[in-house]
Amino acid sequence: MLIQSILFVVLVVGGTALLSWPLGLYMTWAMDPGDPSSGIAGWKNRAFRAIGGPLTGQEQTWKRYMVALFAFNVVMFVVVYGFLALQQYLPLNPDGKQALEGSLIFNTAASFTTNTNLQHYSGEVSLSYLTQLGGLMWLQFVSAATGIAALAALARGLSGRPLGNFFVDVQRASFLVLLPLAFVMAILLVMGGVPMTFDGAAVATTLEGVQQTIARGPVAAFVAIKQLGTNGGGFFGPNSTHPLENPGFWTNILEMVAIIIIPMACVWMFGRIIGRMRHAGVIFAVMLAFLMVKTVGAVSFEAAPTWAFADLPIEQNVGNLEGKELRFGATGGPLWSVLTTSTSNGSVGSMHDSLNPMTGLMPMIGMWLNATFGGVGVGMINMFLYILVGVFIAGMMIGRTPEYLGWRVEAREVKLALFALLAHGLFILGGTAIFAATPWGADTLNNVGPHGFSEILYEFTSASANNGSGFEGLGDNTVAWNLATGIVMLFARFIPIILPLAIVASLSAKRRSAESSGSLSVEGGVFATMLAATIVVVGALTFFPAATLGPIAEHVMTTY
Amino acid sequence: MQSLLASIRIAAATMLICVAGYATAVWAVAQTLAPDTANGSLVTGADGAIIGSRQVAQAFTQPGYFWPRPSAVDYDAAAAGGSNKSPTSPDVADRGLEMVERYGATPQNPLPADLAAASGAGLDPHISEAGALYQAARIAEARGLDPVRVEGLVRSGAFSPGGLLAADRIVNVLELNLALDAMDRARAE
Repeated sequence: MLIQSILFVVLVVGGTALLSWPLGLYMTWAMDPGDPSSGIAGWKNRAFRAIGGPLTGQEQTWKRYMVALFAFNVVMFVVVYGFLALQQYLPLNPDGKQALEGSLIFNTAASFTTNTNLQHYSGEVSLSYLTQLGGLMWLQFVSAATGIAALAALARGLSGRPLGNFFVDVQRASFLVLLPLAFVMAILLVMGGVPMTFDGAAVATTLEGVQQTIARGPVAAFVAIKQLGTNGGGFFGPNSTHPLENPGFWTNILEMVAIIIIPMACVWMFGRIIGRMRHAGVIFAVMLAFLMVKTVGAVSFEAAPTWAFADLPIEQNVGNLEGKELRFGATGGPLWSVLTTSTSNGSVGSMHDSLNPMTGLMPMIGMWLNATFGGVGVGMINMFLYILVGVFIAGMMIGRTPEYLGWRVEAREVKLALFALLAHGLFILGGTAIFAATPWGADTLNNVGPHGFSEILYEFTSASANNGSGFEGLGDNTVAWNLATGIVMLFARFIPIILPLAIVASLSAKRRSAESSGSLSVEGGVFATMLAATIVVVGALTFFPAATLGPIAEHVMTTY
Repeated sequence: MQSLLASIRIAAATMLICVAGYATAVWAVAQTLAPDTANGSLVTGADGAIIGSRQVAQAFTQPGYFWPRPSAVDYDAAAAGGSNKSPTSPDVADRGLEMVERYGATPQNPLPADLAAASGAGLDPHISEAGALYQAARIAEARGLDPVRVEGLVRSGAFSPGGLLAADRIVNVLELNLALDAMDRARAE
């Protein structure tokens, strides 16, 4: 059992880490081509200009880059709001899905625009095929592309160059990075048995003569980009636990690889653009270390059998099977729960609400840190914030002016970085406090005691981390939940994109000095330790009291 | 304003290429390469009527059929879902007790855990090999079959989903039950 689990984790995580290296090379070529006038690059630029118009031809300042990014995201939100609000009048609706309630439309549009994919609806129950593909799947492409574009701009700025042009970057990410990967993934999923049809639900008469309506649809195309773009919004309500969304052991492996491959490759792309691959290697190692600690925790805690069966004549020879699918094997569920929350994916391969209490803490830690690979593009951007704070603290400790890549880090930049990092904690803890104390949260729980508290804590954590997974027992389709999490998702998306670019603009306005032996090297073990310590102190300890009230309290109860 | 215009142009292009083009291409490949699974792995009877999907659990309650894992949504394949109950929840213990009574499990002959725990989507098409063997005697009695034949059927249908990486053997419930009915038909002829 143990050897199986180790092999399984090494294959999935290690294999993907290896694959992320060539992908990082490719993404650098796609996002940051050298000389844009000759050969293929020239042809591409003309195509991007033909699509985007005259604004694609200029270098943008950070403010213009942000205006462009924001304008594009406004269009995304409005278009999808329209799809959601009008689906009953639009085509490709073979099962006659009806109108949605207003606050749910707002929440869903915000959720998919921000790359969160928190779902307060159930896909096969509420949405037409057109809404799923034209609305949500479209956002799964372009919201992920927004994140990759922002990272490319940040990296260019740090290397002392102009930031680039958002309207070009977002097209590069959509057409050159996400589209080919999604196509390959979708075909592999089809071969693994995932449906891809525009026919409506099938009505069966079972062997015992009962009618069963089997929802299906264009699932493969949707699932491929949902996994790759750290989106996570499932075609079906129960996401990748659904046998038509994830039919077997090997599709499960594929879908897990797809969760982490682009976030991993983003680190290499960052390293290549700033021209510091050793530095990227250190960052990658720190991220991987956090991911592995959580994985070991989740897999071992989940090996304990279902506690509720302890006094019954039920075999206790397997791990907790509540909310799990047998075809993924024993390690599939807990490993997925870590991968999907280490990145900001948020798809699920087992029901997180039904994980053993301490296993359920691991996904929460992943989302609290939100940078141990993190979302496509934005994960590395979050890590940049931790790096700045870490470098600043280290500089204070050794009594020298803190520098990062030769840029002087001063109070202004650190204030912005800390503001962005601490806003995350404020949204999560503030929101949880309000909802735990009022009927808004208390009346919507599916479990009692500390686990009920965990449901509220998880929901705000997921919204603020732009993750999208949930302790899904929570009855979260209420006006209060829809508005609160919708607003949190929007702020939590744009604050950690706007502020880091502002920081880079502020840094690069200064004179860059050569890195000397007196400044902290960003390529060694000291830096790695400093960074890890910063992540633990700023990212994790903020949430320790809340963790004690939820999962830890529940775990302690099971030991009596 | 110009930014909005550029955004709208890119939105239109991405929708055309990444949605319409992409989905159509995947659909065309799927319907060519794997038309059976691309349409939901439907199983039809001799008269052409749809019996169910090989990939989706359906309810079985008669003693002559293998029973699937419990489902929090009563095997509703149009609104799937799990129990979302904590494994420490008294509701899970109550369901465990209900399953123990349904199967007549005793401390000497405990119930395999998968037959008491609800799956993530409530549609898990598989049960463990142990869970199927646990039901063999009941099925053999209801159908007047030799229990050894029923056990043989389970063993020949069971497989390790991930080879060495996930060796716990499982078996597809609907396929087992179809095989049982086929066995009966063969005997009647």
